[in-house]
Amino acid sequence: MKYSKEVMDRYNNPQNIGSLDDSDKNVGTSVVGAPSCGDVIKFQIKVDENGKISEAKFKTFGCGAAIASSALITEWVKGKSLEEAKNIKNKDVAQYLSLPPIKVHCSILAEEAVSKAINDYLTKNQSKTE
Amino acid sequence: MSTSTIYMDYQATTPCDKRVLDEMLPYFCEDFGNPHSASHVMGLRAQDAVENARNQIARLVGAVDPKEIVFTSGATESNNLAIQGVARSYKEKGNRIITSVIEHKCILEACRAMGREGFEIIEIPILKNGLIDLQALEEAVNDQTILVSIMTVNNEIGTIQPINEISEICRKKDVLFHTDAAQAIGKIKVDASKVDLMSISGHKIYGPKGIGALYVRLRPRLKLFPIFFGGGQERRIRSGTLPSPLCVGLGKACELAQQNMHSESIKLAEFKDYFIKKIFDNLSKVYLNGDAKQSIPGCVNISFGGVEGEGIMLGMPDICISSGSACTSDSLEPSYVLEALAVNEDLAHSSLRIGFGRFTTFDEVEYVSSRIIETVNRLREMSPIWKG
Repeated sequence: MKYSKEVMDRYNNPQNIGSLDDSDKNVGTSVVGAPSCGDVIKFQIKVDENGKISEAKFKTFGCGAAIASSALITEWVKGKSLEEAKNIKNKDVAQYLSLPPIKVHCSILAEEAVSKAINDYLTKNQSKTE
Repeated sequence: MSTSTIYMDYQATTPCDKRVLDEMLPYFCEDFGNPHSASHVMGLRAQDAVENARNQIARLVGAVDPKEIVFTSGATESNNLAIQGVARSYKEKGNRIITSVIEHKCILEACRAMGREGFEIIEIPILKNGLIDLQALEEAVNDQTILVSIMTVNNEIGTIQPINEISEICRKKDVLFHTDAAQAIGKIKVDASKVDLMSISGHKIYGPKGIGALYVRLRPRLKLFPIFFGGGQERRIRSGTLPSPLCVGLGKACELAQQNMHSESIKLAEFKDYFIKKIFDNLSKVYLNGDAKQSIPGCVNISFGGVEGEGIMLGMPDICISSGSACTSDSLEPSYVLEALAVNEDLAHSSLRIGFGRFTTFDEVEYVSSRIIETVNRLREMSPIWKG
């Protein structure tokens, strides 16, 4: 598979690998994809007192496009409000990384990872937000 | 090949041996005659060269008569000619064709095409070690069966099928037996007397691409309806002017394969043992796909728990290997061969095929195994499904 420089940079030097403490109520976690499909992304965000995403971490089982897409969303969500982060769309990820058409599903997983992590955070903090 | 690149994908293709190329070169610009123009000296020279090559091929596959060798453009054509040719020639006798679930795509697709023309296609399952289920085969052969096609060596996992036993079943039931031996010749001894048809390819044995052959048993005579119509060359089985340089190349490649088979298989078996031991000593949760003993020495297929095959390959861009992962295919389906082995789907995505060959050195085996270990460890650290 011929990948863009953006994919290779993130595959070779991925930022934000790791985990956040899921028991922390300021942390939202998502796990998307399935091992049998060849891609699993675990994605976590930490939200600060101002409602902005202060930290993001990922772990990914998958191909170069899956790793690069998940690394990219951790970079993109940092400093954003939840509303802003929700606006990250798969086509932005695919476009930025110049993903080949057959790898677009990796960017769809990335979008799903962001939205599910935000939902997880919101569910955890329902009592506070209501 | 750039000096920094290591090629370990010998099941996909092999480099052309320089000795093969040297034999071929005169037949491009000097002795360029049409091997079918037997009326003049240029034609005769080309014809001699082609017939010499036919002899070299016949010797390697154990054919009784060199006329049993029919040149084709490669194993895909040979396989299509065997399947379609037998189906069309013997449709009065019956309509069942039996093959296995792990055949090369060109066999499976040729069979499926015949299925659409009304033939009944049976794909025999395989056992967990990649060997054909002989009992299922025997039960599938009925009085409507005209052909059994089972590969000698599988291209993904390197397992060697029990050709003698399959041959006995076919002989007993008076059914034609074809084998795709593209991955077998030059690596293990093949014996044409056990089969009725056998496909081989040039570029898998250090010969040129674009040439192959089909062994077609001569006695008792076997009917084979052609795919191509034309001048009636190759016993009217395969029309078209023979590419004499390529024929010469295939012949020379077969001669070299015969001379080197013994020493090469010892070398490759040592490499394979060393490689597998090193991987298994240094990594947990690794799984050998196929049969450890009943397989060719130049092919290793391993699944690495917790990491994805394309992900591993991307970490070693200087190393040419392949993977059964969906991410390396155009269909996004993982390897059907590994699926047939009942390898878990996630482990099919985690597989690498490493192929050693004539020009592989021990240093390369050492280097590649170390790089794989290092890359798998790095990717496991970032894998959400890796639990040590």
